[in-house]
Amino acid sequence: MNWFLKRYQYLFQSTKGLVLMAIAMISLVAAVWGTLSGPMVEWGVRDITVKLTGMELNPLEREGRIILLYHTIAMAVLAIEVYLITSIVKMKKHQQANINALITFGYLITMVFGLWFGYFGHDFVFHGLYLFGLSLIFFAGIQLTVALWPWSKEYRISDNEYAHSKKGTDIERVAFFVMALATLGSAAFGAVSGSYWGNGHETFLAEDIIRVPHKTPIQLAIIGHLHIMLTLIAIAITLIIGRWLDFKGIFHKIAMRLMIVGTIVITLGVWAVVPFEPIAHTIIYCGSVLVMLAALFLVIFGWRKLIHDRLAEQGLEKAGLGKRLAALFHDPLKFGPLWQMVFMNFTVSGVGIFMAIKLDEIFRVWPAREERISLTGHWHILSAIIATIILMYFADICGLKGKVRKWFGWTLIIGSDIAFVSMTIFAMKRLFLSEIHQQQVVSWTMLGADIGLAAVLIILALLLLWRLFDLFKGEGNWSSDLKQPELDVRRTSKFTGEEVTS
Amino acid sequence: MKKLILLIVLIIGLIGCSAEYDASKSVEFIDTGVDSEAWAMIPAGSFLKGQHAHETLIHYDYEIMITDVTNAQFVRFLNEALADSSIKLDSDTLLVHYNGEPFENGRHEFEFGPGAQRVMNLGEDGSRIYYDGKKFSVVGGFENHPVVMVTWFAANAYAQYYGWRLPTENEWEKAARGDDNRNYPWGNEIHRNQANYISSHTLFDRLFGHYAITTPVGFYNGRTYDGYETLDQKSPYGLYDMAGNVWQWMGDDKHQTHLRYMRGGCQANYEYNLRIWSDNNAGPDHYGINIGFRCVRGDMSHGEHVGHHH
Repeated sequence: MNWFLKRYQYLFQSTKGLVLMAIAMISLVAAVWGTLSGPMVEWGVRDITVKLTGMELNPLEREGRIILLYHTIAMAVLAIEVYLITSIVKMKKHQQANINALITFGYLITMVFGLWFGYFGHDFVFHGLYLFGLSLIFFAGIQLTVALWPWSKEYRISDNEYAHSKKGTDIERVAFFVMALATLGSAAFGAVSGSYWGNGHETFLAEDIIRVPHKTPIQLAIIGHLHIMLTLIAIAITLIIGRWLDFKGIFHKIAMRLMIVGTIVITLGVWAVVPFEPIAHTIIYCGSVLVMLAALFLVIFGWRKLIHDRLAEQGLEKAGLGKRLAALFHDPLKFGPLWQMVFMNFTVSGVGIFMAIKLDEIFRVWPAREERISLTGHWHILSAIIATIILMYFADICGLKGKVRKWFGWTLIIGSDIAFVSMTIFAMKRLFLSEIHQQQVVSWTMLGADIGLAAVLIILALLLLWRLFDLFKGEGNWSSDLKQPELDVRRTSKFTGEEVTS
Repeated sequence: MKKLILLIVLIIGLIGCSAEYDASKSVEFIDTGVDSEAWAMIPAGSFLKGQHAHETLIHYDYEIMITDVTNAQFVRFLNEALADSSIKLDSDTLLVHYNGEPFENGRHEFEFGPGAQRVMNLGEDGSRIYYDGKKFSVVGGFENHPVVMVTWFAANAYAQYYGWRLPTENEWEKAARGDDNRNYPWGNEIHRNQANYISSHTLFDRLFGHYAITTPVGFYNGRTYDGYETLDQKSPYGLYDMAGNVWQWMGDDKHQTHLRYMRGGCQANYEYNLRIWSDNNAGPDHYGINIGFRCVRGDMSHGEHVGHHH
């Protein structure tokens, strides 16, 4: 009994265990449900999955199933971010325990019953339980927002290296709070629209109605909802990575203020999409610039810090370009998240801006199915970039060290980026290739994407298997994690972004 | 490790060396036994429209081609139309006059005023039709494959030349679906030997060569070709290729965009694009290796067809 109890405590009560559980659940779902589409269908793998699991895949209900599937995965991702936030942002112990318990129960209920309803018959009891799970997650979000309230005296800070107001209000905490509040509002924005399902609202995927000139208010609201939720997930992980890397100094002071204003502007822009669609995009672009600038400041700070810390570790007071680059690349798990944020601009933001500028001239001339590939590629890559950033933090939490840490980190960075570049070229191929001459590019990019993703999935599987076997050890890593269940938030580095070793 | 790297390099090399498409190469002619000159009568009445099955009424009878227009049929049109100057040749582009469409200043609206519009480009890779300076002909073996690389203007010109028209989306959907709410023209499931789509390639590659794109119209009719057994894909009204092979241009002009919609899905698509309600669209001057059309005829004088109720 004690054997189970201790492992239960690790998996359900420690931040490290909770993150592991959620990543394992997402991996499991991705492994099984990933066999239902793409080349897996041609290879006959889908038929085997369907036969083994008894899934019901009525073509009529495909869109509904997909919506359920990515809601279940998204809820687990949200849970991971919440676990990280409740560990790295100061709050009362009971608040952390309540929030984590609620969101854990919530995402598990959502995942199990959402998929059950969608893929194994349509028992509406399960649909109800799926909604119940979502409600629990929303309630956890309310509690998180309350816990993050930044204007309590107890959370005031005086350290001038971190952004704070004259009264001592922690501006980074305000950024977390605003993000959480915006997420609640945006979740409600989607929930209200979704509640019309079966009552005037018909299931659709946003990418299927892009060229409909006049969308209904519910369609606009749902398109807004999915965009803002992914944006807020990205903002949350940026804030989390900032704390992980002990973001501070002048860049921190500017970035946190930009992040707060940017988050508010983007969110209000998206909410305005229903009544003021023509200007909503302009508002969103303005907010996006602020948020992306904030992320840029984090990247600049982070990379300089990595160089600084590594050179200090080596005892080097002066270093040339080569040694500075070696220092930057020394730890892929800390270099990686920031690199992925930069890389995002080549495969997501840059492509998105180009598409927006050239929409009428190029992309609307293409068949809708071609534009659709670009759009779905766009947000798949963005989601996957967020996932890789989370995985790098997770690998660090797992305590990967030495060569294993380097192999894991670089495989994750290089593998995922090869896949992202391949998919971007695939999505944009019509810019430079006609359909008749595309086959070799299609074959190469598909191969690149498959190899890249396979590399990522293999190392992730290895990491998870290691953690699974570790659970069977009497005094495994899980045991030491249980003794130190919270994440190590360092505020010890002297680097503030203003000093540079040269 | 070295062996693994060698294996990866070999695989990449094999893919990199994969054969390119050769448009001028003829293929074996395959007689499907399906008459591409035949029409099916669709009686007036209601049908269940779209994924969410809205009951929709078409007030009149109409006829629709049981197959897509073939290369042979389109070549016949080109030779006749060029001879009587209904279309004209400008360098390597065939043009036809179009009366234009009212411009409503929509947000992403294309503007098409009256004037010459492209039918097709001659000698462009992907087309199975060639011009020897005197007449148009079809690359051997592709006579009964659906015509491709034709713009919506070309499809519209073909239909009008013979006094027909392109189907509206409702007309097409009723013809494909009949009076129930099936997913595909033949029923609710799809098999790789039932339509020309992405999953069926490995099966017909050996008949038409690597990177062949289209199958002859009516190919999937239950016959066995050189050991390749097909399943019958007829719609309730006896139409072929209403799912897969090539997308089909629709006649409707969409206000404030002038995009033209297509139905049916094509060889490059996954099966969900072959569901009856799936669509695609592009500007009317777009053309591609996966886009063809078929025609309808019948009196629409009651105005358009829709008594739309849920």
